[in-house]
Amino acid sequence: MSTLTEAPPPLAPEAPEPKPPKRRGRWTPYWLLLPGILWLLVFFALPMIYQASTSVQTGSLEEGYKVTWHFATYWDALSAYWPQFVRSVLYAGTATILCLLLGYPLAYLIAFRAGRWRNLIMILVIAPFFTSFLIRTLAWKTILADGGPLVGALDTLHVLDVTNWLGWTAGDRVLATPLAVVCGLTYNFLPFMILPLYTSLERIDGRLHEAAGDLYARPWTTFRKVTFPLSMPGVVSGTLLTFIPATGDYVNADLLGSTDTRMVGNVIQTQFLRVLDYPTAAALSFILMAAILLMVTLYIRRSGTEDLV
Amino acid sequence: MEQYEPDRLSPAQVAAMRRSFRNGRAALTRRSLLRASAGGALAAGGIGTLGACGIPAAGQSQGGVPAQDHSAKEKTVNFSNWTEYMDVDDSGKHHPTLEQFTKRTGVKVKYTEDINDNNEFFGKIKPQLAAGQDTGRDLIVLTDWLAGRLIRLGWVQKLDPSNLPHAYANLSAQFRSPDWDPGRAYSYVWQGISTVIAYNKKALDGVEVKSISDLLDNPRLKGRVGFLSEMRDSVGMTLLDMGKDPADFTADDYDAAIARLQKAVDKGQIRRFTGNDYTSDLTSGDFAACVAWAGDVVQLKADSPDIDFLIPDSGYMTSTDNLLIPNKARHKTNAERLIDFYYEPKPAAELAAYINYVCPVDGVKAELAKIDEDAANNPLIIPDKAMAAKSHAFRSLSSKEETEFEEKFAKLTGA
Repeated sequence: MSTLTEAPPPLAPEAPEPKPPKRRGRWTPYWLLLPGILWLLVFFALPMIYQASTSVQTGSLEEGYKVTWHFATYWDALSAYWPQFVRSVLYAGTATILCLLLGYPLAYLIAFRAGRWRNLIMILVIAPFFTSFLIRTLAWKTILADGGPLVGALDTLHVLDVTNWLGWTAGDRVLATPLAVVCGLTYNFLPFMILPLYTSLERIDGRLHEAAGDLYARPWTTFRKVTFPLSMPGVVSGTLLTFIPATGDYVNADLLGSTDTRMVGNVIQTQFLRVLDYPTAAALSFILMAAILLMVTLYIRRSGTEDLV
Repeated sequence: MEQYEPDRLSPAQVAAMRRSFRNGRAALTRRSLLRASAGGALAAGGIGTLGACGIPAAGQSQGGVPAQDHSAKEKTVNFSNWTEYMDVDDSGKHHPTLEQFTKRTGVKVKYTEDINDNNEFFGKIKPQLAAGQDTGRDLIVLTDWLAGRLIRLGWVQKLDPSNLPHAYANLSAQFRSPDWDPGRAYSYVWQGISTVIAYNKKALDGVEVKSISDLLDNPRLKGRVGFLSEMRDSVGMTLLDMGKDPADFTADDYDAAIARLQKAVDKGQIRRFTGNDYTSDLTSGDFAACVAWAGDVVQLKADSPDIDFLIPDSGYMTSTDNLLIPNKARHKTNAERLIDFYYEPKPAAELAAYINYVCPVDGVKAELAKIDEDAANNPLIIPDKAMAAKSHAFRSLSSKEETEFEEKFAKLTGA
């Protein structure tokens, strides 16, 4: 008889891995998913089905609308409003590139060089969200006003001559031109670019930079071969978060633009609310969604990065 | 701490696990997103049960659907109006005329400023009215073309003249019988709106503006002219300038007016088509001249000496904002009493002195003079004979015309 308790047997290498406690928790993930799924179903899937149905209906407000599978609406909408589609993609694309060019250095600075200023700069990046989107866009009207100091300076420096030649501005003004709309888009979506870039850059191990230096890489080579490839997830998600909403935006084009800068979002709004042509508006929304889905798919395929955040 | 890494996993799985440890959560990957988006596309393409959907016909019964009137039991009325369309006292919390109404009748007014745009508001109340439900509102204020549409659709209730003695007696002659509501069976005017030309003297810099033609043609105003995104105002003013009558024009006349505006758009003469936000463009001088609503201009003028307005020789457009009682409203009689109250000269004058729009009530001038002499003599608030003679209304459009004309106007404004 031994007074000692038995020592636990040594862990056998082929010991079975600790099993999840029975089957009780089997449904837990589904219960956790339920609120999200319901939310998506009610506020995404149902409206989508409703809109898809609207896009193939014909009729009028008085007679009601019936599903007639009138797919010609899609073709009519596309052939009537393709310039606005092209313009939307062009403006959103330009704004995305500008956001990347402006946002990358800033995100880099915050991640590696800001030191104790890091939190303050992050707050400054997020601060504009404390004011309404609309108010911020309206403020641009004051900044870019015809007689304002900014436009005066650009005119004196002959910058406007260049942009006029490029067709971005017209006359001695910036407001009510493509340039103003692209500036507005860039400004409004810049934080959506900076935040994922920062998250991505901040995660890079500083020792990799030291190692690159030890291997005689110049700073530029280090950036090109180490930092930038490692920040690709941030670049990809940043560009997506900028490009997708910018393509459908209509506020900037409405407030800062003119008749020749209207984007597809403006067309959809006008068709829905003013012309009351619900099928065309729904069809336009679906074409826009399909176009964005296609572009994003191609882009992600080509971007050559695995992680997205 | 040891990482848990059983041998049985393949190297790829181990790598995935490591990565998920490093990131602290399952990382969102390119592949997973691609898979998800392909799934989304499949789902979108695979919807086959759309045929079940549809929107029922809007028109119910002409004449509106009376609901049970709870006015006697529930001493309240829900009044939805536009922002800054009611008198406010200095503290900004009280509406003196509404409080007078409550004091006199015992009916409490739940006043909400939830109308910002006719089209948007129509989108908001449409589902309920189309389904024959109560919108929760007893009294709404809509611009004439939309009021006409609601009457056409049978979505508003016929008013009871016996509750409206003052309104019947005091409504100005020029508003008595619009073609969309002859004899005012369904609606009464809240305020009249005049559409005029406004200009910024400083920005004009000596350029003379007298008519819509000047706005459309004068090369010195290139890119500094604004028009309204409200189709009836912009096209109406252009029709007048072309010598046509907006109350009686053909589709060809309309096309000609659109073509005239299109020429100016193509030249870059017109900078923008705006809603109410033209006021900021005008004060900043980005607009040298624009088509504008007189009520705004009266206020802008008070703030800035550079702003002024003119009425073209060819005439100006008048429209109205109208009080309507939607179907199924619970407090119809109370709403009618409120309408009638604002047709008594005294409350009407107090309101007019505050909001500077065209007052639709006869006999208000003497009362208004007691409060504000200038306002009483301002033809924009109480039109004199000469002013009234130049005013024109846009004719009402059939549903088909409305869609067609709005579509053409939308193309003009860039879609």
